[in-house]
Amino acid sequence: MSAIHLRYEVPGDDFTRAGEASGAVKKRLKALGYNPEAIRRVAIAMYEAEINMVIHAEGGYCDVDIYPDKVEVLLADKGPGIPDVEKAMQAGFSTAPDNVRNLGFGAGMGLPNIKKYTDEMRIETEIGVGTNLYLTVRVNND
Amino acid sequence: MLIKDIIDILQGEVICEGDLNHEIKTACGSDMMSDVLAFVKDQSVLLTGLVNPQVVRTAEMMDMSCIVFVRGKDPDQSIIDLAKSRDITLVKTRFRMFTACGLLYSNGLSGGCTL
Repeated sequence: MSAIHLRYEVPGDDFTRAGEASGAVKKRLKALGYNPEAIRRVAIAMYEAEINMVIHAEGGYCDVDIYPDKVEVLLADKGPGIPDVEKAMQAGFSTAPDNVRNLGFGAGMGLPNIKKYTDEMRIETEIGVGTNLYLTVRVNND
Repeated sequence: MLIKDIIDILQGEVICEGDLNHEIKTACGSDMMSDVLAFVKDQSVLLTGLVNPQVVRTAEMMDMSCIVFVRGKDPDQSIIDLAKSRDITLVKTRFRMFTACGLLYSNGLSGGCTL
């Protein structure tokens, strides 16, 4: 059973707003008293994923389920899909355009960072249909 | 080291004032935000030549309480507002990235990374 369910839209046309959902979730988890390290892991993974949605997929939405012992996040978009997931997972591999690099992203660290900070990560992607990214961060509140 | 010590060492100008007595233990200098996000350490300062709102968001996700803009770059009002709402101190210094990092390092601030 889900303790708390949250949904956020990620606007695809405004790079400056990418990170609003992650920031809101971070604030919420902080108010709920989750441990700071877990909060940071959720925030960073979700933030990278939000950035990816804006860069590659013209936005989408995130569903966040907060349980006492874990946080689950689904980031869903209707973008072009990822042709080669294995390649996209390699640190340094990027298909981001130059204008994104000028903004400080597109270093090919997005998916590797997401994997690093989550306990589980699953990608469902279909070319021309979109991508669902499922993330789980376990929380040790001791 | 406190944020106010960093401001002194870098002869910085405060653009948005948070808690200047906040203790800083490590520093990170980068224009690539994904590289910053790859490195998690408590109580860090971010030095960057990049001036856009994602710098503040990156600092927010990383629990960083101070951002230093190098080469005298000025953030616009949207960046300042974002930092203010998150209680993040913004500082600008005329030093370039290499020099700014070197000055902090030689005054005892570590990179916080191990190889």
